[in-house]
Amino acid sequence: MKAARYLACGVVVAVCALALAANWLAPAGYAKQFREFPSAPPSRAHLLGTDEDGRDRFARVLYGTRISLLLAPAAAFVSTALAALIGGLAGYLGGIWLKLARAFTDLFLSLPWLFLLITVRALLPLNVSPLVSVLITFLILGLLGWAASARVLSTSAGALRNSDFVLQARASGLTGPRLFLIHVLPNLKPVLYAQFWISIPVFILSEANLGILGLGVAEPLPSWGSLLRELEGLLSFREEPWRLVPLLLLILVMTSFQLLLSNEEVTA
Amino acid sequence: MTGRHASLPVLFSGHKGLSDHKELSFRARAEASGRGISALVCFILVSLCALAQTGGQLRFCLRTEPKTLDPLLVDDDSSLSIRYLTGGVLVRVNRHTQELEPELAESWKVSSDGKQITFRLRHDLRFSDGTPFTADDVAFTMKRLMDPSLHSPVGDEFRAAGNAVATKVIAPDQVAITFPGPIVGIDRLFDELVIVSAHSPKKEAAVLGPFMIAEYKAGSSVLLERNPSYWKKDAQGRRLPYLDSIHIDIQPNRDVEMLRFKRGELDLINALDTDYFDRLASSSPQLVHDAGPSLDSDFMWFNQVASAPIPEYKRAWFRSANFRRAISAAINRQDLSRIVYNGHAQPAVGPVSPANKLWFNSNLKPEPYNQQAALDRLKTDGFHLQNGTLIDKSGNPVEFSVVTNSGSKPRERMGVLIQEDLGKIGIKVNLVTLDFPSLIERITQKFNYEAAILGFRNVDLDPNGQMNIWMSSAENHAWNPQQKSPETAWEAEIDKLMRAQAETSDAKKRKQSFDRVQEIVYEQAPFIYLVNLNALSAVSMSVAGANPGILYPQTFWNAERLTLNGPATAKR
Repeated sequence: MKAARYLACGVVVAVCALALAANWLAPAGYAKQFREFPSAPPSRAHLLGTDEDGRDRFARVLYGTRISLLLAPAAAFVSTALAALIGGLAGYLGGIWLKLARAFTDLFLSLPWLFLLITVRALLPLNVSPLVSVLITFLILGLLGWAASARVLSTSAGALRNSDFVLQARASGLTGPRLFLIHVLPNLKPVLYAQFWISIPVFILSEANLGILGLGVAEPLPSWGSLLRELEGLLSFREEPWRLVPLLLLILVMTSFQLLLSNEEVTA
Repeated sequence: MTGRHASLPVLFSGHKGLSDHKELSFRARAEASGRGISALVCFILVSLCALAQTGGQLRFCLRTEPKTLDPLLVDDDSSLSIRYLTGGVLVRVNRHTQELEPELAESWKVSSDGKQITFRLRHDLRFSDGTPFTADDVAFTMKRLMDPSLHSPVGDEFRAAGNAVATKVIAPDQVAITFPGPIVGIDRLFDELVIVSAHSPKKEAAVLGPFMIAEYKAGSSVLLERNPSYWKKDAQGRRLPYLDSIHIDIQPNRDVEMLRFKRGELDLINALDTDYFDRLASSSPQLVHDAGPSLDSDFMWFNQVASAPIPEYKRAWFRSANFRRAISAAINRQDLSRIVYNGHAQPAVGPVSPANKLWFNSNLKPEPYNQQAALDRLKTDGFHLQNGTLIDKSGNPVEFSVVTNSGSKPRERMGVLIQEDLGKIGIKVNLVTLDFPSLIERITQKFNYEAAILGFRNVDLDPNGQMNIWMSSAENHAWNPQQKSPETAWEAEIDKLMRAQAETSDAKKRKQSFDRVQEIVYEQAPFIYLVNLNALSAVSMSVAGANPGILYPQTFWNAERLTLNGPATAKR
């Protein structure tokens, strides 16, 4: 298990290093169109071939990795923090607070987000740079993605509230935020980690879907989500297997993240 | 049918070769047996052909549920397909020649003032339930069509000159329809008017077309069966249609449609996407058909609305013909056709596709791709390049957003290519995809956009079908709609020319007027036409007689003459 974690650590570090070195490894950049070679197979000039518009897929994967690996965890952090605040606190306080938080979470989960996101897009200005668009996209994902995690955390925090060590802490005179921060929150850590790691691939795929609403990463900036959209219409894995690289990379990185979690975190 | 006739000479030439033997007795025996074989082959072939021509079920998919089965209420492609296959019309535009041909009417005459059309009807025709067809049915159809409470989209076109349309039955086989004002191309309107029965208890379910609806499973399929009373016969006097039935599945997923076609479960695919077309062409080139440029076009335009919430300096750019022509010249249309549509599109010239043989102005050519010419044009308006960025005369960098509908991959990809093309002359383009309702709201109500890429899916060959685009007062005058009076001299001229072509029935004068409209549109570039899409389709080898064209419905426009044979049919 230790070897697997070392291997996973190595993979994550290697992928991050490749993404950071994108400027040197793919000097042509992610937007340059080699129009004479659209949908080209891998070659020395284009290691992973070119996309339909003749852009170097290797460069796009590297730059897309940079964006997705930076922003999807950031969005996951925002959503997990919100979930910890709302779900964890409600579970710890219990009673009416727990009921209120659960009602609010249920309401939040049942809202027709598709239509609300369309409204959000309609409110945003059209002339924003691709970088700003990507920041807005992941911020929206982070702010909207907390509800499911909050339900899990409220249940876990509720179980902790009546645990022996919390009772003992209470008996020792520890109450309020101090008790929550010192005894409850650290014990929620495995659940928080699990929710955090689970959220990352969900947000990466959500970003790809948001593209349909015009909320995704704007062209020509790549992301794993937009690269995964390239797989639409691929009928067979044998047909142009190099197009599967973004998907394989996503699986590899997510598996590595999972392996990096400790046993307790995985169990949670 | 073409396939069947082509196969006959090949078989007979083989038989002729057998009779060249030198040995007489053997030859005699061989000839005798050869004659026997040939007679047998002939018998089998004739039997097979007869079988092929008189039966079978054609299968294809519609991508959406038909919204209505009432032929007078049709407003969507799926309902249009059902209407085309089941409805009988007085006259029909031949989807191949684009000429008007007699159908239920054996002849017709338009009055010199263009207000009246008189039809002489065919005799002894019957609806699918056996009810006789007479002029009363035409009068009943017209009355129902013009009933305002029906809200018929087809009726809207007949109301172009006003509501007071009078229908007079002159004789059981003769009917005159009089409009309150002249209507140009009046006869072509009747291609869309399906005649419904005045007396049949089955009402609109009684049809005069080649097929009738036998079963409709909402959300799943429509089964059409041959109309036993259909009037048309082939050259041998055999009653049409050849097919027994048509099974139409409602299948929105194009991947599933393609897989089923490949498995031989479907016989036709209309309006094939370029990706699917090329994929199918690589494995089975004999199944795909590229009929060349269709009437459809994609284009880009700039928002010129005076009240639009955009900066004044940008509105000044967008209102300059030099700016628009420069943008047009900086776009590489050949690349759009080659890369986005894999060569299954042609650089567009203007509002009329070269596929429209009657109305295309052949003197016009697509705007050539020339970045230097684009920069020269921009210089005349005071633009200049500064560190690779185009700056206007007030010092503003040239940057604008282009909106298009999300889900349309070709338009998104054209946006990406245009983004790079314009980047080469220092213009920054922000490409934004929006869901269709939001996009339509922005471009038709709030006017909160700068430029847009969309397309026209034309079905009407006549310029009158474009009145709602070119008249400055029209709602679809997208760059600056619903003007109280034309805001520019060239828009005033277009208004005048469009009215002139609509008010005369002189074909030559109409062509001259509309040619000039095309020239003005080319010079002013209110729409920057990008590409005309090719009409792509797939037809199974089991279908004989198919002749896919550019007009809707491309593959089954001659459904009554299609026949089935071959293994795909046998599998079902």
